[in-house]
Amino acid sequence: MNLTLYVWRQAGPGEPGAMKRYDVPDVSPDMSFLEMLDVLNERLLERGEEPIAFDHDCREGICGSCGMVINGRPHGPQRKTTACQLHMRHFRDGDSIYVEPWRAAAFPVIKDLVVDRSAFDRIIEAGGYISVNAGAAPEANVIPVPKDDAEAAFDAAACIGCGACVAACPNGAAQLFTAAKITHLGLMPQGQAERQRRVVKMVAQMEDEAFGSCTNHRECEAVCPKGIAITTIARMNRDYLKARLFGKG
Amino acid sequence: MWIVDFFRSALGKKAVMAVTGVVLFGFVLGHMIGNLKLYQGPEKLNGYAAALREVGAPFLAHGEALWIARLVLLAAVVLHILAAWQLTLINRRARPVAYVKQVSVASTYASRTMRWGGVIILFFVVYHLLHLTFGSVHPDFRAEDVYRNVVVGFQNPVVSLFYMLAQLALGLHLYHGLWSFFQSLGMSGPRLDVLRRRFAVLFALVITAGNLSFPLAVLSGMVS
Ligand code: FES
Repeated sequence: MNLTLYVWRQAGPGEPGAMKRYDVPDVSPDMSFLEMLDVLNERLLERGEEPIAFDHDCREGICGSCGMVINGRPHGPQRKTTACQLHMRHFRDGDSIYVEPWRAAAFPVIKDLVVDRSAFDRIIEAGGYISVNAGAAPEANVIPVPKDDAEAAFDAAACIGCGACVAACPNGAAQLFTAAKITHLGLMPQGQAERQRRVVKMVAQMEDEAFGSCTNHRECEAVCPKGIAITTIARMNRDYLKARLFGKG
Repeated sequence: MWIVDFFRSALGKKAVMAVTGVVLFGFVLGHMIGNLKLYQGPEKLNGYAAALREVGAPFLAHGEALWIARLVLLAAVVLHILAAWQLTLINRRARPVAYVKQVSVASTYASRTMRWGGVIILFFVVYHLLHLTFGSVHPDFRAEDVYRNVVVGFQNPVVSLFYMLAQLALGLHLYHGLWSFFQSLGMSGPRLDVLRRRFAVLFALVITAGNLSFPLAVLSGMVS
């Protein structure tokens, strides 16, 4: 198939950027979106041009490194699919495809399609953990977990931290990411001791970063490659209000 | 102070918006239901308006309950707008560069028009107070004759049209706001998630339909 790509090119942080047009002939429908970019980059290198920078690692949809807005949607048109798992057969011969980096004040562009997502790391550092003695792994069945809780926690733990939620949100909010972590840990018995402190600290960090605030558009949930639901956001709100209004501080 | 501290957080502001929003929803619902007395004729409607001033007697003097209600509503309006204003600024700053191409997948017309819809409602409320509460922009206002004020007021088609447009804006605002109320306060669950959506649809429809009916009834000559 033959495609026309419009890709955001930006030389470095704070530099001006622009959409640049590339004609990409001979694309196999079996390629992933990233493989298609690889092929384009090979051709650019042959021509002595600067290849397009983009983040990637596992290429199997589990690490959260990849991420770009493809035709106006984070990770592209296929639901619950990361850009690395998106295949070119979902496009048609002759298509024009727009490729842009995540757009959010909290995710400044480093180069081309690569953005700085360390704001997410700082939210995790603020409280996205459980303080336990990290000795030998305890016997798995010592602490019983109700089945429903285990499943809901697991659903939330599926978050790979790619940032598509922020990219899709018209407010550039990180609610879904933060809520997924809070839900994951807050549902487990091991997470109870720090539950209140965790939600207060993680929300405070989230708000200190340049993220916006939720207006319940639900765009995040719709583009999340892992299908994290906004019920996690409700849980975060509930835990936060409890901790702030009735908590022990 | 902890409440000021709480309001500093964006999540706190959302909670304040939810609580003040639901207070205003309660008022709007009561206001619409009370206005249905328009269909029972002048005595009933004027009697109802007069009775509102005596609520709380003998503990409260004439008009006192009404003023307490007005102060509560005013506080709710001020906090609702203040929080919305501040959150809007935060959200604008969070997305400084727009996408060249963006498609919305899940947001609704109602969710995207909350801010401007709110502004329209604010202008409407100011006009409505001057029109039918204080009478200063009413062509022939008589303080004791609410029924007549409404009928004369709505006989002007331009005024009626503006009222109706504002009610549509209010309906959209309620449709998204009532649902958001539950979400912002963390009220969610498998059953509740279905119910809260239905609740929002039902009350947005009921309030909009009721409020639209008043100018329509006057314009069509059903009420005169
Ligand atoms: S590269 Fe790991 S999720 Fe796409």
